[in-house]
Amino acid sequence: MIHDIFILIYTLIKVVLITLPLLLFVAYLTYLERKIIGYIQGRIGPNRVGIYGLAQPFADFFKLLTKELIIPTASNRYLFLIAPVLALVPALAAWAVIPFSEGLVLSNINAGLLYLFAISSLGVYGILIAGWASNSKYALLGAMRSAAQTISYEIAMGFAFVGVLMASGTLNLQDIVLHQQGGILHWFWIPLLPLFFVYWVSAVAETNRAPFDVAEGESEIVAGFHVEYSGMTFAIFFMAEYANMILVSAIAALLFLGGWLSPFENIPVLDAWFDWVPGFAWLLLKTSGFLFLLIWLRATFPRYRYDQIMRLGWKVLIPITILWIVVLGFSIESHLGPWFTEERMAITHDTFVG
Amino acid sequence: MISKLKYYLKTILLVELFQGLWLTGKYFFSKKVTLQFPEENTPTSPRFRGLLALRRYPNGEERCIACKLCEAVCPALAITIEAEPRKSDGQRRTTSYEIDLFKCIYCGFCEESCPVDSIVVTKNMHYHFEERGQQIMTKEKLLAIGDKYEAQIAADKTLDEPYR
Repeated sequence: MIHDIFILIYTLIKVVLITLPLLLFVAYLTYLERKIIGYIQGRIGPNRVGIYGLAQPFADFFKLLTKELIIPTASNRYLFLIAPVLALVPALAAWAVIPFSEGLVLSNINAGLLYLFAISSLGVYGILIAGWASNSKYALLGAMRSAAQTISYEIAMGFAFVGVLMASGTLNLQDIVLHQQGGILHWFWIPLLPLFFVYWVSAVAETNRAPFDVAEGESEIVAGFHVEYSGMTFAIFFMAEYANMILVSAIAALLFLGGWLSPFENIPVLDAWFDWVPGFAWLLLKTSGFLFLLIWLRATFPRYRYDQIMRLGWKVLIPITILWIVVLGFSIESHLGPWFTEERMAITHDTFVG
Repeated sequence: MISKLKYYLKTILLVELFQGLWLTGKYFFSKKVTLQFPEENTPTSPRFRGLLALRRYPNGEERCIACKLCEAVCPALAITIEAEPRKSDGQRRTTSYEIDLFKCIYCGFCEESCPVDSIVVTKNMHYHFEERGQQIMTKEKLLAIGDKYEAQIAADKTLDEPYR
């Protein structure tokens, strides 16, 4: 009994240790996004609050915190308030299985990839419920677009995950990363390059980010699903979106770019030089790279038309993934080196954990 | 056939998307054009038509001789002048010179019509009113503005001299 309580408290501490830095990262991601988009547009972005505008996220946070929470009279009050929570919680819960370094993971479960896939799909419920409970036509339109888009791209994303699953032979995220050991050329991004691209496009679509942000679509449907939200409820939707961005970037780094593994592995001099860098820093660096790419994409591409989104998802991405899974099957069967050699494929979960 | 193949290859390899990313990527490192407004201002032309002012001669005598050309030329009827001989020396001067800045359209005709360069438009564009009635610029206010910005006004007029 005492032991159980101890375990519970220990886990809670670990949850807090993951969640708090994550929320801080979310806050500064909004700042970075404004800075980067500003730089790309020839501006310098926020620079008034604190040095270089570094206190801007907190100014925004307190502004939203003190703003009035308006609940539309025609809305479903209960669902209206529960929706932002439903959007944020999956984005945070998914971090339970993300390994930050070897052994540094909250819950090292065998079906980690499956859990991620399930949890990331849950996020759309928050958007759907928000759109429906607002009782507003723009919110409903945004929610419906978001639902159709998320479901379409989940299939392509799922197939990309299947490719990773085939290549590594395990659903455990730590083992997936350990399967990519041996330097930058051993990471899965080379044998799974088309799947990597497909995953990234679907990840952008899954997070409802530009150029797939028809769920928000401010030029057409005002702000889409969160048009009726104000103050802290709006802030939570915002946080959910940015937490999701970090999540998909981290997953991309784990599945295709070798997670916490150093890019200088097995390179004679550099390997020794960068030996002191903790694995966590590599993961952070890779995740940040993907986040930069997300923001860069937003600053570059105009929004897709809705039917174009559907065409891309169903008629381009899904056929590509299916084709590549067949190719992958053949290359695994023929033990194509250096990724699918016999000893590499023989590594099982037990050898890593045991 | 070849062109179709080329088209598909271009599409599937996302050539144009990468070109777009390359362009915005270059702009990321470009020189930034942001102006820190309250501290910095955009450069203005010496011909900028902003707040109005009445000027004086260097000896302190007001320039305006109450010819009322500005009142006549003003398309918005913003200027109202009353004049009578000055008590001290009998010179023709204004007793009241009022410009309603809500009516004023900053066309600068008054400045062009003035034979003694008395009424001028200045570069000053940052001003505001806090109460109803403050938009009526009286003679005292206009002269005060003129006194305050005389150096600037004189410099601008000198720059524009060859073209007048």
